[in-house]
Amino acid sequence: MPRYDSPVAVTARSTLDAQRLRADFPIFEEKIHGKPLAYLDSAASSQKPRQVLDALREFYETSYANVHRGVYTLSERATAGYEGAREKARAFVNAPSAREVIFTRSATESINLVAYAWGLDNLGPGDVVLVTELEHHSNFVPWQYIAKRTGADFRMLPIDDSGELRLDELDELAGAGMVKVVATNLVSNSLGTVNQVERLAAWAHDHGAIMVVDAAQGAPHHRVDVQALQCDFLAFSSHKLCGPSGVGALWGRAELLEEMAPFNLGGHMIRSVRLEETTWGDLPYKFEAGTMPIAEAVGFGAAMDYVGEVGLEAIAQYESELVAYALDRLDEVGGITTYGPPPERRAGIVSFNVEGIHPHDVAQVLDSEGVAIRAGHHCCQPLMARLGVAATNRASFYLYTLPEEIDRLVEGLYKTRKILG
Amino acid sequence: MVDDLYREVILDHYKNPRGHGVIEDADAQAEGLNPLCGDEVTIYVQFEDDGETIDEVKFSGRGCAISQASTSMLMEMVKGRKAGEIAGLPKEALLEEIGIPLTPIRLKCALLGLGVLKVALHRAKGTPLPDEWAGLDELELK
Repeated sequence: MPRYDSPVAVTARSTLDAQRLRADFPIFEEKIHGKPLAYLDSAASSQKPRQVLDALREFYETSYANVHRGVYTLSERATAGYEGAREKARAFVNAPSAREVIFTRSATESINLVAYAWGLDNLGPGDVVLVTELEHHSNFVPWQYIAKRTGADFRMLPIDDSGELRLDELDELAGAGMVKVVATNLVSNSLGTVNQVERLAAWAHDHGAIMVVDAAQGAPHHRVDVQALQCDFLAFSSHKLCGPSGVGALWGRAELLEEMAPFNLGGHMIRSVRLEETTWGDLPYKFEAGTMPIAEAVGFGAAMDYVGEVGLEAIAQYESELVAYALDRLDEVGGITTYGPPPERRAGIVSFNVEGIHPHDVAQVLDSEGVAIRAGHHCCQPLMARLGVAATNRASFYLYTLPEEIDRLVEGLYKTRKILG
Repeated sequence: MVDDLYREVILDHYKNPRGHGVIEDADAQAEGLNPLCGDEVTIYVQFEDDGETIDEVKFSGRGCAISQASTSMLMEMVKGRKAGEIAGLPKEALLEEIGIPLTPIRLKCALLGLGVLKVALHRAKGTPLPDEWAGLDELELK
């Protein structure tokens, strides 16, 4: 990687060596408009290391068949791979049991599973579903929809000016309503805010509500422990965590999952099927209808191994340093508004606007320099309304991000201003 | 490549938009939103006495350089022409005027104004809307 051989601008005390890790990611051999790729959109999706790509290939080449179906050796091998990934997911979020870990298509599907299968049977008029102003549409729209269908009230916990949840407003917001669901993300995909899920969960449980956590943005960047968080459901996915797209997971408390009706229906999730009645299989299979993303789950497992080996504490620490560096550098540019909490309370995400220049134009000019950032509402329209903007620019970092890429972002911003200012 | 995109004429229209403003009590008016980026544009039309020829046309709203510049160019293109003629104006005519390579996502920015104008004319004059228009179908036209 000779193109990033200049001295590292951040004197990282963390144990993470991004320069070395970067060599694991073939995508960085690509040139964009003749320039090395500075990929600053990991919050949308992360790049994939060779270890994960190799695991996918190896699985397909040596062990692929449908799972839980055949008596033959290959099917057993495939099943072992798939169930091995489930055990990795269990360990990754410190769940008490692997039967509480359900594979899904995505974190979005995980949340829809809870909203439909738990919500439809447990919500009604007089009940309150509480989400936060920071939610991605994936943890907002399903709850809004199910609340409407069941006649429950749908309410939103506001944020303060630094983009952190106003936990002091919880009691007033609940009012006389019966709060049944509190749903939040662990890390905001727009602002990077790391939410105080433990406090929110304690409050939810005091009110007899279930606590649902969207960890799609959190799990790749922070150690997740469902027992420490004291939540009831936690959704996460593979593609933001160095794994393949098309697979996610839901962890739920066994006693809740057992009482719930199934979500998707079809093959494999049944115990017996007769004309008069069908009975459901045991956990987790009750929620895994049809052929699942088998190889993707195996790749997801390899990704959790990879990220786990790098170390989630090291990743969180490194991202904090990158955020601090990025905020300082953006401040030098002038005329830039940044959003979100201080670096020590956020993951590697920096949302900002350049005065007088639309994010689309900023992202377009940066692209010509090989710098990939996101411009738009980040699937957070309620949050954009709170910030009073239609869209923001968002630069997001991961274990392979180099400080030099933030320098290139800043240089690109000067160029943007030169062209469009 | 970025120099092609933000060529001089685009930047000129972006920085000095033609027909930027509001017509009170306009004869035709519509508003559109690009849900991808939250860009909004409202177009106002005033006809001549014949009720067909566009006498005055203005736009307001917010958006990126491409959407603002293309809508500004559109204002110059359509002034003095008849509603029916503009309803039949293919998107290629505007794109040719803009004259820069656009990716699918930026195409939506560029065509927002033209879509909104067609909706305004449709409402006021019953002129046809384009039935199939790639890039326009995702726009919310109010």
